[in-house]
Amino acid sequence: MTVILFIEQVLNGLQFGIMLFLMAAGLTLVFGVMGLINLAHGALYMVGAFAAAAVAGMTGSFLLALIAALAAAAAAGALVELLVIRRLYIRDHLDQVLATFALILIFSEGTRWMFGSFPLYLDIPDYLSGPVTLPGGIKYPLYRLVITLIGLCIAGGLFLLISRTRLGIRIRAGESDREMIAALGVNISKLYTIVFALGAALAGLAGALVGAIQSVQVGMGEPVMILAFVVIVIGGIGSIKGALIGALMVGLTNTLGGIAMPAFLRLFMDNSAASATGSALASMLIYVLMAVVLIWRPQGLFGAAT
Amino acid sequence: MNRENLINTILLLALATVPLWAMANDAPYTITLATKVAIFALAGVGLNIALGLGGLVSLGHAAFFGIGGYAMGILASHAQNFEPIMQWPLLIEGSKSMPVIWITGVIASGLAALIIGALSLRTSGVYFIMITLAFGQMLFFFAISWPAYGGEDGLSIYIRNGFPGLNTLLPIHFFGICYTLLALALLFSAKLAKSPFGLALNAARQTPARVEAVGLSPYRLRLTAFVISGMITGLAGALFADLNRFVSPSMFSWQTSGEIMVFLILGGVGRLYGPVAGAAAFIMLEHFLGGLSDYWHIYLGVLLLLVVLFARGGIIGFLAGRQVAHD
Repeated sequence: MTVILFIEQVLNGLQFGIMLFLMAAGLTLVFGVMGLINLAHGALYMVGAFAAAAVAGMTGSFLLALIAALAAAAAAGALVELLVIRRLYIRDHLDQVLATFALILIFSEGTRWMFGSFPLYLDIPDYLSGPVTLPGGIKYPLYRLVITLIGLCIAGGLFLLISRTRLGIRIRAGESDREMIAALGVNISKLYTIVFALGAALAGLAGALVGAIQSVQVGMGEPVMILAFVVIVIGGIGSIKGALIGALMVGLTNTLGGIAMPAFLRLFMDNSAASATGSALASMLIYVLMAVVLIWRPQGLFGAAT
Repeated sequence: MNRENLINTILLLALATVPLWAMANDAPYTITLATKVAIFALAGVGLNIALGLGGLVSLGHAAFFGIGGYAMGILASHAQNFEPIMQWPLLIEGSKSMPVIWITGVIASGLAALIIGALSLRTSGVYFIMITLAFGQMLFFFAISWPAYGGEDGLSIYIRNGFPGLNTLLPIHFFGICYTLLALALLFSAKLAKSPFGLALNAARQTPARVEAVGLSPYRLRLTAFVISGMITGLAGALFADLNRFVSPSMFSWQTSGEIMVFLILGGVGRLYGPVAGAAAFIMLEHFLGGLSDYWHIYLGVLLLLVVLFARGGIIGFLAGRQVAHD
């Protein structure tokens, strides 16, 4: 394994991790504040990607596409919160799982009905395409670098939002005692809608940003959402910091495992067998990481002890 | 006989009558549909032990369903290619015999449930849901990237496996096997719920602290329930693979876990015959709505949403009224 390949994979892992963070942040906020497990979070990721692809197709502007993704996902999130999710806060987790599973079915088939089964493509704009030369002579796609930076900025913004603004104070208060802040006169149902829409917007943005690297298709959100669950289990539910660190760990494990496992097995197997076995084992590595964290700290790295 | 028992009996009789009617009218596809109902109901009966009785919301039961399926696929593919699975240190051959396949599938899924359960049950609530979902996904990706048994394409078995004394190629015979296993699983599940173990498990769901206070370990009770549950779902997986004569990673997918759970909620959570009613409703919806529109999942989603939000008892709850007050 050469150093250049290694650095490239580390950057890919960071990029993947940051995108997972955008998903996981919304999930963990929604769980922390409202106590709700939302399986339909992946559907909002998909909504963002489709909105971006549709707007980019009409206007040709990538920036407008991103704005559309944010707006569409936030609007879909707010709508779903008002119509369905709101009724689920007092229900048990089983009802939440089933109702949000039903939402996945509705969103996925609705999107298939509107856009068809074929994947859409969202092109990287010219000014962001092509490679950039990093110090040390490493060529790396500019777009991936930019979305990593965008993700980092959003992560920073989110920390400021939570720790420095009035909304953040309310969110944190909502996490520790819902009844109390309602009693203190905070409009709790409005706060819930805002938090849900915020999480949805982050998911939608992630969908649009990743949609330009991969194809935009129905069902694209759920595998990412399940990884975001793994991130939350590792980081600890309700913790934004845990989500960030968990996301980076999962991202790096995913990309580095993909090259390290086959290389490791090549030491004592022949080449093709090592590649096949290595990639099969690498696909399980993230979950092994999760299992190890569970054995060591069942409440996650930054979760409050229950 | 109270109303729920009456409805349960009617359900079971109806499931037996439909294929007999179909055989008389030469409609083999209807028999296949009924077989599918029996198999899905069996998977649901498995999940119901963890979920209804133990209160364990597992979103990873596709793992056991898939392991059962692959037990069939691996044994039968070795048998049809006349290649032993292992020659050293002891010779293990493939098999085309259903009982051998079932036992292998049940043991394999039981072991998997033991490992997954031992890890996942260290947590509870929403963590448990996410973790079981993640382990299911792990096996899904493993099945996709493991090239020895078909990888993403899955495995085809040319001839349905045999059962001593029956001709499994006849749809009605295969239905009989699935139906009998479903009936046995229902019987077992009813006995289990009434047994000291079932009562303790029920108590562990409602107030774990009290169960601990009388000297029982909720963790062990739940783990045992999870393993039993995984084994039954694994058996259903082996039958499902035999029905299609095909296994693929999609048996491991999270949608499969979700669907097994949907059978329970449509039928009624915690009801013994809930999975039977739910699976029958699901297959009928798939058949009739699927004929009307390619996008029938939208209607399924809306229906499911309405059931969850407004009709918590599901079909059995609707027909039989509220559950007797032991819950």
